Amino acid sequence: MAHESSDSPLGTTAWRDFVADWSADRVAFRVPWGKAMMWLFLVSDTFVFSCFLVAYMTVRTSTPVAWPNASEVFALTIGGVELPLILIAIMTFVLISSSGTMAMAVRAAALGRRREAGMLVLLTAALGASFVGMQAFEWSKLIVEEGIRPWGNPLGAPQFGAAFFTITGFHGLHVSAGVLYLLVVAIRLLTRGAAAADGGQGVEIAGLYWHFVDLVWVFIFAFFYLW
Amino acid sequence: MDALSPSAGGHGQQHPIGVYLKVWGLLFVLSTLSYLVDYFHVGGVLRWALIVAFMLAKAGLIVAVFMHMRWERRALLVAVLLPPLCLLVLAGLMWAEAEHTRQTRNVYFVAESGAAGHGAADKADGAAR
Repeated sequence: MAHESSDSPLGTTAWRDFVADWSADRVAFRVPWGKAMMWLFLVSDTFVFSCFLVAYMTVRTSTPVAWPNASEVFALTIGGVELPLILIAIMTFVLISSSGTMAMAVRAAALGRRREAGMLVLLTAALGASFVGMQAFEWSKLIVEEGIRPWGNPLGAPQFGAAFFTITGFHGLHVSAGVLYLLVVAIRLLTRGAAAADGGQGVEIAGLYWHFVDLVWVFIFAFFYLW
Repeated sequence: MDALSPSAGGHGQQHPIGVYLKVWGLLFVLSTLSYLVDYFHVGGVLRWALIVAFMLAKAGLIVAVFMHMRWERRALLVAVLLPPLCLLVLAGLMWAEAEHTRQTRNVYFVAESGAAGHGAADKADGAAR
């Protein structure tokens, strides 16, 4: 068992707690097991998405062919005005909005307001579903109108399609799974079924997953669409 | 504001609604700013610096407040946030590898196909490198 003296070179209390927790032979993470497991899953998912993004960086850096200009590829003409990247911007705002409603839901659940929490989770799921809908629109536009394929496209480097479909497809899959996950959570909140007296932990854990999906989009937005 | 007191994590976390609303607003502002970087065609190093700065700010806010990492114990924070730093090594290695591949391709493919410098110049323009 670690025993920290008061003159520990590690300094702050938080670091002493860290050493004590990790060397305690017993529970290292003083959180509900579900939360620890969700974080573990999210760390592993971080590596998956990071590998995709690193692979994208590698193919984009190594090709001597010009990379298609995302700003133009994803532009939409609305009311006669061509707006660069506008659909992606809207999708970003929708996802951030859903993160906000999710945070509100987690708070409501922690305060024991089950109905409010349930409705907010439903709203979050609805925003998530609309995100997936816009992504489906974006995919069909790229496939049908722009002729983007995973193995090539008329705009430049053929790797563009492979990176685009892999990265946004995998992210969209996460959003879709998240929508189903949230629907289950909402139903359980609204019908007073199981998970009644967990102090809102189930909702908080679902929130971790949902915020992570938003977090991944932040990186995709920056590296794929804006770069 | 009790938002800064570390929680034991035994129960669902409760924080003032103001913290969430502030972060929510900030995320909107930062997203708008990063969109404007593209809208006004900011280029070169400034573009990348702004994009990365806004990205890291947004990621930090989401993890710290929305995902409650700000209030978790250090043991969990270290377990979650430290391992992904290995990815920077992977990114560095792959970047070096990709540069090498591109130079090789420029020498053996682009030059030999009679369009010497063409692809490389395109690339330079396209990426504002």
